[in-house]
Amino acid sequence: MAIKQLSVFVENKRGGLVAITDLLAGHGIDMSALSIADTQDFGILRLIVNDTEKAKDALTANGILVKVTEVVGIEIPDKPGELSRALSVLDAEGINVEYLYAFISASGTGAYVALRVEDNVAAESALTSAGFRTVTEKDVRGNKG
Amino acid sequence: MGQRYFNKEIETMSRDELSALQSEKLKKQVRHVYDNVPYYRDLMDKKGVKPEDIGGIEDLHKLPFISKSDLRETYPYGMLAVHLSDCVRIQSTSGTTGKRVIAYYTQHDIDLWEECCARAIVAAGGSKDDVVQVCYGYGLFTGGPGLNGGSHKVGSLTLPMSSGNTDRQIQFMMDLKATILCCTPSYAAYIGESLKEKGYKPEDNSLKAGIFGAEPWTEEMRRDIEKSLGIKAYDIYGLTETSGPGVAFECAEQKGMHINEDHFLAEIIDPDTGEVLPDGEKGELVFTSLDKEAFPLLRYRTRDICVLKRERCSCGRTHVRMSKPMGRSDDMLIIRGVNVFPSQIETVLINEGYAPNYRIEVDRVNNSDTLEVFVELSPENFTDTVGAITAMEKKLSASITGILGIHPVVHLVPPKSIARSEGKAVRVVDRRKLHD
Repeated sequence: MAIKQLSVFVENKRGGLVAITDLLAGHGIDMSALSIADTQDFGILRLIVNDTEKAKDALTANGILVKVTEVVGIEIPDKPGELSRALSVLDAEGINVEYLYAFISASGTGAYVALRVEDNVAAESALTSAGFRTVTEKDVRGNKG
Repeated sequence: MGQRYFNKEIETMSRDELSALQSEKLKKQVRHVYDNVPYYRDLMDKKGVKPEDIGGIEDLHKLPFISKSDLRETYPYGMLAVHLSDCVRIQSTSGTTGKRVIAYYTQHDIDLWEECCARAIVAAGGSKDDVVQVCYGYGLFTGGPGLNGGSHKVGSLTLPMSSGNTDRQIQFMMDLKATILCCTPSYAAYIGESLKEKGYKPEDNSLKAGIFGAEPWTEEMRRDIEKSLGIKAYDIYGLTETSGPGVAFECAEQKGMHINEDHFLAEIIDPDTGEVLPDGEKGELVFTSLDKEAFPLLRYRTRDICVLKRERCSCGRTHVRMSKPMGRSDDMLIIRGVNVFPSQIETVLINEGYAPNYRIEVDRVNNSDTLEVFVELSPENFTDTVGAITAMEKKLSASITGILGIHPVVHLVPPKSIARSEGKAVRVVDRRKLHD
């Protein structure tokens, strides 16, 4: 079960990021995970939130460029080498990871990793076979959603 | 060294004699165009003007204007006034996609053009004892061939370097003791920096003068170039439509460029009404060729905005002086010597699937023009990886380079982030002017 993620285009200028976080706060959006990739000119903010559609509408209505993409979420056991093992599984299957970021589970007991790959189904199936547990949107939101 | 002229009789001719000469030439030129260029004959007929109505330069204002769009419409042969078999060469403008103009030359036309360049070289202190390094581009561009021919006429040793390959330029400059450098001002500045990087001091080279043109440059830039190369820098003006560089050139006084008025008659008009303006007023420069055979143009609107000065120059030349062009009456930009129309960039954007919401920023950094293009992303072409967006920027940059011949830095920006004034996007920000 892939997780819905918001990708937001942010111009690299003063106040660019706070305009977005303010807007989401004003609409009562709760963020579970956040990552940003940036260049000198622009950044792409990636968010997992409690209400993707509502957040998307609020951003779009304010002229902000946003796209909903699906990422694969997995739980990574808290011991050395586990992330490496997960990536090796994908590598062995020829699945290319475009980007990934880690975040803490809502229950606070483990680490989650969001992975952007070309084929979500293939990635999930490979990881599950290797013993990793995939994460649902419900897991991410915990009991707050 | 005393004041010297390439053609003293013509360059210092009294105004009365010059006017009489111009009037004689104008009558013949108008007759030649009327008889041989049907397109212009139609324009004259529509205006009710006959060649016999032009008794001298005082009747010039009766003739219809022509502009770049007329030249495009008559491409490729429509403005040709002689048989193609009488032509010996073509040159072409740097413009692309529909903006290209081809100019034709008979041997007579080449000779008069080269003489104009020879006058510029002599005015910059050149003689047969000089070594003239020409690093304007050779080929269709008029810069290289024009100064090359002028240098031959003066009898100088000519180094036909063409543009680029700066290491080789420097090697020839130093080994052959070049004394006069001809190129665009931005390239001159670049050569100056390269010399410095190689550890040369300004006094290490043998240069005494530079003849720089084909793009706008400021007094500030002139001082920088003069300092870095240890020379006196002279401005030169021209356009392919009238022949090429040498239509006007600076003398040692450096107070405007003398127009070669025995070949080119200049007027300043109000760009909106077409009305001729008195001397000293700022307006659009219009040229009428006086004795060209293959590609004569009557009242050609250059789109360059400048001022004419008729006070006598202390150099002894009597020909009218034009100021440096202060801008354009259309939206054309000259970037690194290349003519750029915003509409060319717009066409690329549309072809590549972008909305035509863009801003062009031109600046001059370290004496070299920079071109940046800001383009709005739309939800349709937004992808969520940095790599994909960077690749889009690169692709767009390559497409624009393919059309313009100069490389822009492309920045994709959020939708609606490009400033709009009164609902219309501000397309061009030219910061180069602010430095003057």
